[in-house]
Amino acid sequence: MDWLTDHKIPLGSWMEAFVDWLTLNASGFFDAISISLEWVILSLVDLFLWFPAWAMIALVAALAWGLHRKVSLAVFSTAALLLILNLGYWTEMIETLVLVLTATALSIMFGIPLGILAAHRRWVYTVLRPILDLMQTIPTFVYLIPTLVLFGLGVVPGLISTIIFAIAAPIRLTYLGISRVPEELIEAGKAFGASPGKLLFKVELPAAMPNIMAGVTQCIMLSLSMVVIAALVGADGLGKPVIRALNTVNISQGFEAGLAIVLVAIILDRICKKPGSSEEV
Amino acid sequence: MAAVDIKNLDVVFGKNPARALELMDAGLSRQEIIDRTGDVVGVQNASLSVKQGEICVLMGLSGSGKSSLLRAVNGLNPVSRGTLEVQDGERMVDLAQCDALTLRHLRSTRISMVFQKFALMPWLDVVDNVAFGLEMQNVGKKERRRRAMEKLEMVGLAEWHDKLPHELSGGMQQRVGLARAFAMDSDILLMDEPFSALDPLIRTQLQDELIELQERLNKTILFVSHDLDEALKIGSHIAIMESAKIIQHGKPEEIVLNPSTAYVEDFVAHTNPLNVLRGRSLMTAITALDVTGDNLQLNKHENCHVRIEGGKPVAASRANAPLNLLDWQEGQPIEQVSENNLVITSPDVSMRAAIELRYRSGLPVLLCEGGQLVGMLSDRDFYHALLGKHFTQETTSDAA
Repeated sequence: MDWLTDHKIPLGSWMEAFVDWLTLNASGFFDAISISLEWVILSLVDLFLWFPAWAMIALVAALAWGLHRKVSLAVFSTAALLLILNLGYWTEMIETLVLVLTATALSIMFGIPLGILAAHRRWVYTVLRPILDLMQTIPTFVYLIPTLVLFGLGVVPGLISTIIFAIAAPIRLTYLGISRVPEELIEAGKAFGASPGKLLFKVELPAAMPNIMAGVTQCIMLSLSMVVIAALVGADGLGKPVIRALNTVNISQGFEAGLAIVLVAIILDRICKKPGSSEEV
Repeated sequence: MAAVDIKNLDVVFGKNPARALELMDAGLSRQEIIDRTGDVVGVQNASLSVKQGEICVLMGLSGSGKSSLLRAVNGLNPVSRGTLEVQDGERMVDLAQCDALTLRHLRSTRISMVFQKFALMPWLDVVDNVAFGLEMQNVGKKERRRRAMEKLEMVGLAEWHDKLPHELSGGMQQRVGLARAFAMDSDILLMDEPFSALDPLIRTQLQDELIELQERLNKTILFVSHDLDEALKIGSHIAIMESAKIIQHGKPEEIVLNPSTAYVEDFVAHTNPLNVLRGRSLMTAITALDVTGDNLQLNKHENCHVRIEGGKPVAASRANAPLNLLDWQEGQPIEQVSENNLVITSPDVSMRAAIELRYRSGLPVLLCEGGQLVGMLSDRDFYHALLGKHFTQETTSDAA
């Protein structure tokens, strides 16, 4: 046993060497990503903050009513947002919202095509599955370190970590939805002369839509759960006051910021849920 | 020119069709081939020619390969060997060699399909489901809806156009499936047990509608069924399949009268001959009738006689009272036939009509062709067919 402990496999050093190699050789690439993503997020935050708070609140209420025709949801959204405004977390709330929505948008952009590919090509799924498992189980702090090294301090490493954590949901649920499309519908599509593209857009995707939408909703919720961790690497938003409260043992600030996160979560969840389906995954 | 021409077609499902074909040629059974290679022989050496306007019913038990053969016609199943030609304008296209583009062209302009479980898109309303095939051809939304509405009217569902499929009953859903196939305006229609999932009453109704539509549209239809009564009712030709092979192909009456194997005989024994058999195959021929000189004796007990001059019945009497000779042809109202009419009709009369003539007149039915008496239908002939004795060995001994 001594021999075993004396000859430690330098797994950690290998990983470190790999990340070092990346920073040395591909820093231009990572910087470009970092700069452009940061620009997108900051512009979006500016845009959202340019609107007066009452306009945003009205917009959210209108969205709640327009999508679900439920007065209760519109009233709740308005009250919750007013409370956040009152507590003084409006700017942080907008920053969090932008982070969550950007992370979701990017996850969908890459996740849905990957899910489709996995459903169509058996081997892609075989390769993808262990990677997805890894991404969902590996403690977040572990990949926070290399993302920090590669993308620098700020909102971008937070965003990347959020995507790593959340992208599994749209991939898995898109894969599930597409591979569960009834064979007879595919055959009907083929029998009526559908080209492969038409088969995807007119048969498979519409048939898989409930699953894909569930994946998107899950992705939003997972992104939101990463808000505090993103704050650790310097992303602005509701996570920051939580971290600050933790460091100063400030119960009142912790409670208020935490409540704001919960309220945002509830609003997003209720608005994004497909109308008509009360119980979702 | 045949609309669909199939020659020596084999369909094998599995990873290594070449090996399975080899074993098949060596004369191994289907089960032996599955055991050795894991491949399933769907269709073995099938040859079948379907003419324009024909309804050909592929008939057999489940697993006999009838669906496999049907689905090869629009390329849903691959052709492993042989040729499968489909008429496209002036030329025949062989599905065994055609590329993806040609196949898509055939599927969108030449062949459409109706599915057993309807296979409607649950997220599209009825009119968009009917227009589905047109959408695949990039027909504009307005135009394809207009054409879809036409077909919906044809199947009597126009006022349901904005409903979703699950809001419709099974029979209505299959009518939508029919309209979707008709909307393609293709000449060849593949129907894979289209009415099997429906309850019997609706099934009969849709069969009648299909027959009626076919009279107007004159499509070439390949129809899969496991029900011989349905096959006999709908089909102008029937191909009977057993363990991947076509074992008999012919007109309905030929199949009922001359089943080629015990398997077909089994099927036939359980069918209703009323819709299939015609006077000619039922009748007692003139040579076997009781004719003395110019006098035909119909019925000894009631003392019925017919006088025949030059092979033609000219007068009849019962117990010395004259009977009216009535010429009746299919299509004429049958209500005009009453008692004391001795009916003369064509030997092509259907068994159902002949029985009704016998029932209404109370007398046997005479069959004339070209003005000549060729035979007679009496109760005995009907019972003979109803008991299913018309194709078994008993026929000869019975008649003697």
